[in-house]
Amino acid sequence: MLQVSVYRFNPETDSAPQMQDYNVDTGGKDLMVLDVLEMIKADYDASVTYRRSCREGVCGSDGLNMNGKNGLACITPLSQAVKNNKLVIRPLPGLPVVRDLVVDMSLFYAQYEKIEPYLQNNTPAPAIERLQTPEDRAKLDGLYECILCACCSTSCPSFWWNPDRFVGPAGLLQAYRFLADSRDQATDERLAKLDDPFSVFRCHGIQNCVNVCPKGLNPTRAIGHIRTMLLNRAA
Amino acid sequence: MVTQVTSFSRNGLSDWLIQRVSSLIMLAYFLFIGFQIANGIDYTSWRALHDTTAMKVFTLLAIGAYVSHAWIGLWTVFTDYLTEYMLGSIGNVVRPVLQIAVVLTLVVYAIWVIQVIWG
Ligand code: SF4
Ligand code: SF4
Ligand code: FES
Repeated sequence: MLQVSVYRFNPETDSAPQMQDYNVDTGGKDLMVLDVLEMIKADYDASVTYRRSCREGVCGSDGLNMNGKNGLACITPLSQAVKNNKLVIRPLPGLPVVRDLVVDMSLFYAQYEKIEPYLQNNTPAPAIERLQTPEDRAKLDGLYECILCACCSTSCPSFWWNPDRFVGPAGLLQAYRFLADSRDQATDERLAKLDDPFSVFRCHGIQNCVNVCPKGLNPTRAIGHIRTMLLNRAA
Repeated sequence: MVTQVTSFSRNGLSDWLIQRVSSLIMLAYFLFIGFQIANGIDYTSWRALHDTTAMKVFTLLAIGAYVSHAWIGLWTVFTDYLTEYMLGSIGNVVRPVLQIAVVLTLVVYAIWVIQVIWG
């Protein structure tokens, strides 16, 4: 029997969050953490609340903290998460809890909105599409794949302390995605908005973000590129 | 509320650059002083060394680097941990009080160093 401990909080009835324990029979199979949550919900306690949708690491809705590490429950196998037959499941750290494992992502999305995550180009649109050389297109690899699961930003201490001012790894990865795009013309305006002491420069290179990204992306490297662009712009 | 008004240069890039350059200046200064001490010093040679204009400039540069480095570093720590977000409204009292204490200390250090060099 796998010992699973789940963070429970219902702001309407509970004064404080608490951990609830379940003994789950996994049948000895190396299930995904999401499967275990589904079993708990179906067989033990229908009130356990979490987000999920695609169950295959595409939608980014089931970012959770499993035995202390952020990740997507649907693609995290028990063999990777469980330690000493114990599995502790908590919501993503640093964001307000709506209920149980569901967090309020408003701050996270507000930072994403701030970096203007869309192509800006004022020249008349060509008849079919704006073309890119294969080399220019390759510059977006490792950037566009982000699914905005928030695993990275909610593992970043700088984002915990200043979620309203520090853009965070996810937002900055996307900021660089548009800075690096040969079709985007707003490079200078974008950089000007990142030049303050908080938006980019609260990153201290701790690399928690790189450590948890379920898509294997590297926000720290993107942040380094932004810093270099800011330096070159000032020089 | 935490604003960037109290940051060293009010610009993230400059603060970041100053932080790096000042650490290099301090490293050079401490290595130089360490080297002198390792080679053995007495009052006359120490005095003669610090009486040269070059050494005075170097010492001033080092204290300038020290003051800016300390301020940028502590400002970052204070605006991470001593905020309304972390401590509640008391954060908006604790932070400015500590910031003023730090500024005063740093200014006193700087004046003291100048006093020592030209004293
Ligand atoms: S960078 Fe990775 S961890 Fe961060 S939001 Fe995107 S996919 Fe999730
Ligand atoms: S490298 Fe930067 S963005 Fe990533 S976790 Fe560390 S401080 Fe946060
Ligand atoms: S349910 Fe869609 S990413 Fe896990």
